[in-house]
Amino acid sequence: MPDGGVPVLDVKDLKTVFLTRSGEVHAVNSVSFDLKPGELLGVVGESGSGKSVTMMSLIGLLPTPPAEIRGGSVVFEGEDLLKIGEDRLRKLRGSRIGFVFQDPMTSLNPVFTVGFQICEPLRKHMGLSKSEARTRAVELLELVGIPDARRRLRDYPHQFSGGMRQRVMIAIALACDPDVLIADEPTTALDVTIQAQILELMKELREKLGMAVIWITHDLGVIAGIADRVMVMYGGQVVEQAPVRELFANPQHPYTRALLQTVPSVSGERSEKLRVIEGQPPILVDAPSACPFRARCGHAFARCDRENPARVTVGPGHDAACFWNPATEGPRDAG
Amino acid sequence: MLDDTARRKLVEVKNLKMHFPIYSGVLRSRTGEVKAVDDISFDVFEGETLGLVGESGCGKSTCGRAVLRLYDITEGTVTIDGIEIGTMDQQTLRGYRPMMQMVFQDPQASLNPRMTVARIISEPLEEHTDLSDVDKLARVHELMDAVGLNRDFANRYPHEFSGGQRQRIGIARALALNPKFIVCDEPIAALDVSIQAQVVNLLEELQDKLGLTYLFISHDLSMVRHIADRVAVMYLGKVVELAPRDALYATPKHPYTEALLSAVPDPDPSVENRKERVILTGDVPSPSNPPQGCNFCTRCPKVMEICKTVDPTTVELAPGHFTACHLYTQTTTMTADNTVAQEAQKSDQQGE
Ligand SMILES: Nc1ncnc2c1ncn2[C@@H]1O[C@H](COP(=O)(O)OP(=O)(O)OP(=O)(O)O)[C@@H](O)[C@H]1O
Ligand SMILES: Nc1ncnc2c1ncn2[C@@H]1O[C@H](COP(=O)(O)OP(=O)(O)OP(=O)(O)O)[C@@H](O)[C@H]1O
Ligand SMILES: [Mg+2]
Ligand SMILES: [Mg+2]
Repeated sequence: MPDGGVPVLDVKDLKTVFLTRSGEVHAVNSVSFDLKPGELLGVVGESGSGKSVTMMSLIGLLPTPPAEIRGGSVVFEGEDLLKIGEDRLRKLRGSRIGFVFQDPMTSLNPVFTVGFQICEPLRKHMGLSKSEARTRAVELLELVGIPDARRRLRDYPHQFSGGMRQRVMIAIALACDPDVLIADEPTTALDVTIQAQILELMKELREKLGMAVIWITHDLGVIAGIADRVMVMYGGQVVEQAPVRELFANPQHPYTRALLQTVPSVSGERSEKLRVIEGQPPILVDAPSACPFRARCGHAFARCDRENPARVTVGPGHDAACFWNPATEGPRDAG
Repeated sequence: MLDDTARRKLVEVKNLKMHFPIYSGVLRSRTGEVKAVDDISFDVFEGETLGLVGESGCGKSTCGRAVLRLYDITEGTVTIDGIEIGTMDQQTLRGYRPMMQMVFQDPQASLNPRMTVARIISEPLEEHTDLSDVDKLARVHELMDAVGLNRDFANRYPHEFSGGQRQRIGIARALALNPKFIVCDEPIAALDVSIQAQVVNLLEELQDKLGLTYLFISHDLSMVRHIADRVAVMYLGKVVELAPRDALYATPKHPYTEALLSAVPDPDPSVENRKERVILTGDVPSPSNPPQGCNFCTRCPKVMEICKTVDPTTVELAPGHFTACHLYTQTTTMTADNTVAQEAQKSDQQGE
């Protein structure tokens, strides 16, 4: 497992809001994290907690307006991506930073063939000729397990199944051998056997090319299998962060603890009713001045209403943003 | 649960085929076809959930859409609530639409970006009911509550929501007309586990209350185990195994089902790293050019000579437990399937 070393990506205090007719939505609040070369950082968290918006903010993919980045820095190889300007960013995005969107149908262009959409970045960023690009495109599609790849280059996205479109997105993101791959729920439409193939491919690319990966998913089984480190988001914030085994063995934040208890399994006892985390997710209309989880938390006390807990170190490489200490079942010492 | 004789078949699918033409060359002439769904038969009983699982691209969505006649099907019959809709023209079909609905796999693509959430959810109400505006809004709020969307968001547009929130909009819309039969195409894939659980609990509650029937398409085998009464496993356009839930998970018969179950990642890093997997190797065939014999023969770890020439017929191994595999088609293999298969494999290798 890679550790130490200079991060390839270093995000500090990122803040993103949306300006809507009904007021501001504080989607990302002071998010900080880093990513080491060759590392796989898993990102989990409630739907609407800001995972996608965080990653899209990093690489300038949010339309502004309605989005507005209010602060923070994103350092990639000595440059602050929030400052370098659209042209340079576009160039990095196509070549050094690969991105797989959550919604493959909207990110593939319905009027161009799949082949064109894979070949385009190869020709633009890698300077490949038309036929070289096609050969590489077939290779890439085979790599992500699309049968009959050569013929399928001529197909349009609607002729592909949901999972195949998702794999096309992965192929495009990997086309230029990026240093960093940001994958937003890249395997939601894949069955487990093909998912296993893709995860294996990730392992290989990380070992061979030292590619670092941010992997957003709701599937804790996938996280358990591939992540080195996990970051948990709730209400636009990072609420916990730890090495993968530590997180599963010793979760600290009440949200993480609740999350880990909701997972059904294929083996073991089959429960009649699935467990849920009761209550509604927070509405992010203001910058948070209290813990976003307090209304749904079984351990909240007065301080949680007054103050938004900062992330504090709770173990080696492990931090959590919570005033409650599960070990003592009482408040964590101020510090 | 009711026994089979007492249960009414709400949906009967017989020999369903859905082939898409392939055009190529300068003249764009028809040169072949994608056999996305190739001769499938199954029933769904009233009030039950039939899970449909299988590899990406094997034809699950196509099957769900064909059953609801979102396509003009190539061959076969589809009977819903006693009415044969397989060959019905779209105009007549419109009258029957309220009883059958679909929750789509791609929430983004199925929601009109120019409509507010309230309008999206009330669209089917406008089209098929004559509720007053007040009643419509009340129903919209009720549906939003039901799927865990905050009512205050009723006037927002789809792009203002996260992926998971958008999926819940699609579910609310599908429920608007109190349908009898719903095809859920990966309805929870984009949701976090807690909301997945909420939605699944909701679907189950609605099922108990309203007697709904679901065809539940998913690749999440742990969720299917939770929600389905019976499970059908598809591979390359065909159903290879169909069984009551517990039987399928405890004693999978088809080698593809075995591989599928063994590949489920475990949400515990220490178990996950120790897990034995059946990793499928071999060529992934294409539905435009399926292999001779059994469709799974190019990747099957238990392949025999016969599999490469003869398409296996479906046999019933135990009450309600069907599979299409040569390991079980010959009576001798039924008692000692593994040894026979291994021997067959050995003689294969010697023969080569
Ligand atoms: N264009 C927009 N205008 C207003 N609010 C938005 C917009 N886009 C996103 N949001 C809000 O920002 C918040 C974070 O959304 P984001 O898409 O990052 O969630 P997520 O964690 O990726 O969720 P999911 O797991 O469902 O994909 C959500 O509450 C969402 O409603
Ligand atoms: N409109 C179409 N034209 C041509 N081929 C199509 C069309 N729709 C689907 N196909 C093909 O049919 C096959 C089955 O697709 P389908 O979408 O049913 O798969 P699926 O089982 O739902 O997969 P996934 O789990 O990835 O969603 C695929 O090979 C796909 O490319
Ligand atoms: Mg998202
Ligand atoms: Mg599908």
